[in-house]
Amino acid sequence: MGTTASQLAKDSLSEYQVNDHLLLENAHRRFTELLDRDERNHPNPRVPMEVILTLPELKSNPFKTRICQVFSTSEDKDGSLTFEDFLDLLSAFSDSATLEIKSHYAFRIFDFDDDGTLDYGDLEKLVNCLTGETEDTRLTSEEMRQLISNILDESDIDKDGTVNLSEFQHVISRSPDFVSSFALFLFYPVFPAPNDAVLHCFI
Amino acid sequence: MANGGSVSVDICEEDYDYQNLGESGPSRGSFQLFKEPACNGQGNPEDIQMEMFTKNSDTSDSESTSSSSSKESSNGYQVRSLQRNNWSSATRKMLSSMPSRKTGLHSSTGMAVRARQTCALPKHQTSSRDSLHIPRATQADITSPEFEEISTEDEANNLAGSGLWCAETNKEQLVSDLRGLSESEGMRKLRAMPLSLADKMEIRKHCFSPLAKNSVINRNVPCHNLPCMYLSRMWRHCRYTPRFSTSLKLWNSSMKKLSGRYGTGVLSYFTFLRTLLFINLLFFIITFLFLVLPQAIHPPPDSHRTSFSWIELLTGIGYLSQSLMFYGYYSNITIKATSITSMVPYCIPTAYVFTTTISFFTICIILVYSMSKSFGKSFQVFKSDGNLSENVFCSWDFKVTKKPSIRLQSEKISTQLKEQLSELTSGEEERTLMQRFRNFLVHVAAWFICLASIFFSALGVYLLSKKAISKMHQNLDLLFMAAVVSGFNLLLPGIFNFCAWIEKHNSPSTRVYVSIFRNLLLKISIIGVLCYHWLGKIAVEQDPQVSKCWENFVGQELYRLLLMDFIFTVLYTFLGEFVWRIFSQKILRKNRKPVFDIARNVLELVYGQTLTWLGVLFAPLLPAVQIAKLFVLFYMKKNSLLLNCQASKKPWRATRMTTVFIALLFFPSFLGAAVFVAYTVWIIKPSSECGPFRNLTNMLESVKLWADRMKDYHQILSWLIQAYNAFTDNPLFLFLPSGVFLLVIYFRIQVVDGQRRIIRRLEKQIDDEGKDKKFLITQLQYLYEENNPNSSHRHRGR
Repeated sequence: MGTTASQLAKDSLSEYQVNDHLLLENAHRRFTELLDRDERNHPNPRVPMEVILTLPELKSNPFKTRICQVFSTSEDKDGSLTFEDFLDLLSAFSDSATLEIKSHYAFRIFDFDDDGTLDYGDLEKLVNCLTGETEDTRLTSEEMRQLISNILDESDIDKDGTVNLSEFQHVISRSPDFVSSFALFLFYPVFPAPNDAVLHCFI
Repeated sequence: MANGGSVSVDICEEDYDYQNLGESGPSRGSFQLFKEPACNGQGNPEDIQMEMFTKNSDTSDSESTSSSSSKESSNGYQVRSLQRNNWSSATRKMLSSMPSRKTGLHSSTGMAVRARQTCALPKHQTSSRDSLHIPRATQADITSPEFEEISTEDEANNLAGSGLWCAETNKEQLVSDLRGLSESEGMRKLRAMPLSLADKMEIRKHCFSPLAKNSVINRNVPCHNLPCMYLSRMWRHCRYTPRFSTSLKLWNSSMKKLSGRYGTGVLSYFTFLRTLLFINLLFFIITFLFLVLPQAIHPPPDSHRTSFSWIELLTGIGYLSQSLMFYGYYSNITIKATSITSMVPYCIPTAYVFTTTISFFTICIILVYSMSKSFGKSFQVFKSDGNLSENVFCSWDFKVTKKPSIRLQSEKISTQLKEQLSELTSGEEERTLMQRFRNFLVHVAAWFICLASIFFSALGVYLLSKKAISKMHQNLDLLFMAAVVSGFNLLLPGIFNFCAWIEKHNSPSTRVYVSIFRNLLLKISIIGVLCYHWLGKIAVEQDPQVSKCWENFVGQELYRLLLMDFIFTVLYTFLGEFVWRIFSQKILRKNRKPVFDIARNVLELVYGQTLTWLGVLFAPLLPAVQIAKLFVLFYMKKNSLLLNCQASKKPWRATRMTTVFIALLFFPSFLGAAVFVAYTVWIIKPSSECGPFRNLTNMLESVKLWADRMKDYHQILSWLIQAYNAFTDNPLFLFLPSGVFLLVIYFRIQVVDGQRRIIRRLEKQIDDEGKDKKFLITQLQYLYEENNPNSSHRHRGR
């Protein structure tokens, strides 16, 4: 903590859609809450994935592990996040991130095997995440097969059997609700931020 | 090395279709190309190679069209080769380096993101500067030389360093691109790129000078004190988000809490409520400043007040009828008392007409603007059928955080997907004649019930209104008709829900639209009957038994209707939701909470707003009543929702429904009220004993008289009045703007048409290039295996 983090915070202010010191401080506060006591004095602490997943905003989200893995910059790909990664995450999920940023990150989150396209396996895992874990909401394998073949029919324009980023963005652009649904809010018990705060904290 | 997915392909058919350039695409079969495995530690080093492309191009080759005839001969082999799992390393290299396999940002930035990650994804660099601005899709004219990528493989082998090297060149490229732009442009572009924070900081350091860096942080604001910074930030925010309703951030936090639990459907209802509040506030401010305030400062000489009793707050007669609330209080005096108005006297009747007209005009513009904005959001130039992929990719709401809500959301998505799938499979199912006939009968019966109930309720209202005239002066009886109207509004939707339940529509959106239509019909018929009664009978006959002042009477009726509507809503919220939940939990022991019916609540809001607009001519302070009512309604609905209701299981497309709501607000509600007001102002004779328009033939005449008087007072005013007369008398002034509008509309239609054609052509082109790609890959594999039979044996033996 100390000077490095606050200086980083000041410098990173203009890169992000976050326009308010208060919100950045809140994000920082939430992040340092996750750290152990001895880690707080570390210059650039890294929080393991299991601790990140205890955040109430992410705890029940079915895509939580993928989100951590996508924004993580660690060498072992274990999903741990530094404060920079955390800010990346919040910025991508904020209200004022553009459609392009959001669709880019959404694509990476849905790409479960990280190969650059959404193929049958990725789509299957995606649908299973969406429909939940209980028996009656899961699709049968027959339904799954039909669903995925329909999806590929509709969105695979070059007919190579996978959905790449451009095709994904093409589908996304048809839905005007995507920008508002691909968003996360950070909870924190502070006073509501003034003016044009774009990451909203509320009680 | 996973290779999921089955191979169901009909290559012969595909190749045949490739010859004809008709509309029909290939059959449903699609096959899978083997994909590059991610981060395999023990994979061949040559698999994990970086390749440099000197041109932004696909691997498609236009010359392969000539060789398509040879495809037919190798069809059989192709089928076999596609089913095999072992591709040669060269083929794999080809596949993994294809532009379509990269999640780089060549569509708008030309830079790959994964510099820092050690994942073995090859990078792609575009050399054209235009990649910053123009998406790849429009660079349709691809004249790539054949197999250029394969020839550069050797180069790539030599150049294959770490991923960072490649990223460095990408970054330099980006930096040079951004330097060309102005600072604010560049910063905005940088902000819109999906790069990580560290990358962005580094690029910023290179692109912009250190001097600029400071000013970038402080945003060119010379002063560092807090109010200045806030003001400048507010100004910038207003500039970047010019949307009308978001500039007022009332209730933002509670709405976010609600959306977290119930999703965006419920949020659209509360947003609509907030918009209505804002519109009423605007109306109230205009009317208050220019009409109510002057009249309040200079009360008319002949006012006499009776005593006040609380019941009159509900009925509107007595004390209230002789207050600023209603039309009768306003006089036809011309204020000359103060110093300003002695120059140009302030004429109350003219002010009355002008404030009403200008407010209506302003709100018309606001509604049309917001309707066009929200329609534009959901409009697609090229509508493709089927939205399964859209549902799968876009339907998860990340804002929802509570576990039960997430479970509910999963259920909702699952149900929606299953319904859509079953529609697709069994949609063409043949239903027997008997079943179809039975369905038809059920539909006819349901519509008959609904229409009959609407007709009878309208008739009841009509008879009651005629009868109520005779019971003029008793307090509570006046409320009876208003209560009956609100009762009908409450009960009949229940009947409509029952009809919808027995009808069993195929798709949920049809059900929503049908129920909206029926509710709308009910409200329109009741209000229509009342308006006819007021304007057609009371205003025309001007029976002194009814009231000396018929405008007061109409104003009071509307006031009572508005209040009764509010009281009934409160009762329904309390009884229908709170008590029902307690009942079902304690007595029935079921854990099912009632569902918040969005469509019905929105229609209630539209109905209340219609009453306000109808009544504003006769009761200028009615918008204030509506504002208070909406305020209380927000908190009541919010708390009731949080305590009693659960989220709906049906999917709700928020943007489309918002468009529908605003369209409903504009088209039947606002336009109907505007027609009503226009008719009253133009045609109806005002009552002769009260109000600002006594002894005139119609309200508009006061404006004409005022204009005649004003001509003598001031030069500019007389010039304005002459201009206005010339404008309205000469028909040319009407034709010219209409002609211009029609021309603009025609141009827009042509542009959209052209865009549609382009999109269709581009899609066909992408499809063809995909086929080229498939052909080339299989050919490559075939050639490789031909040349290296040993290695292929080795691979097969694995």
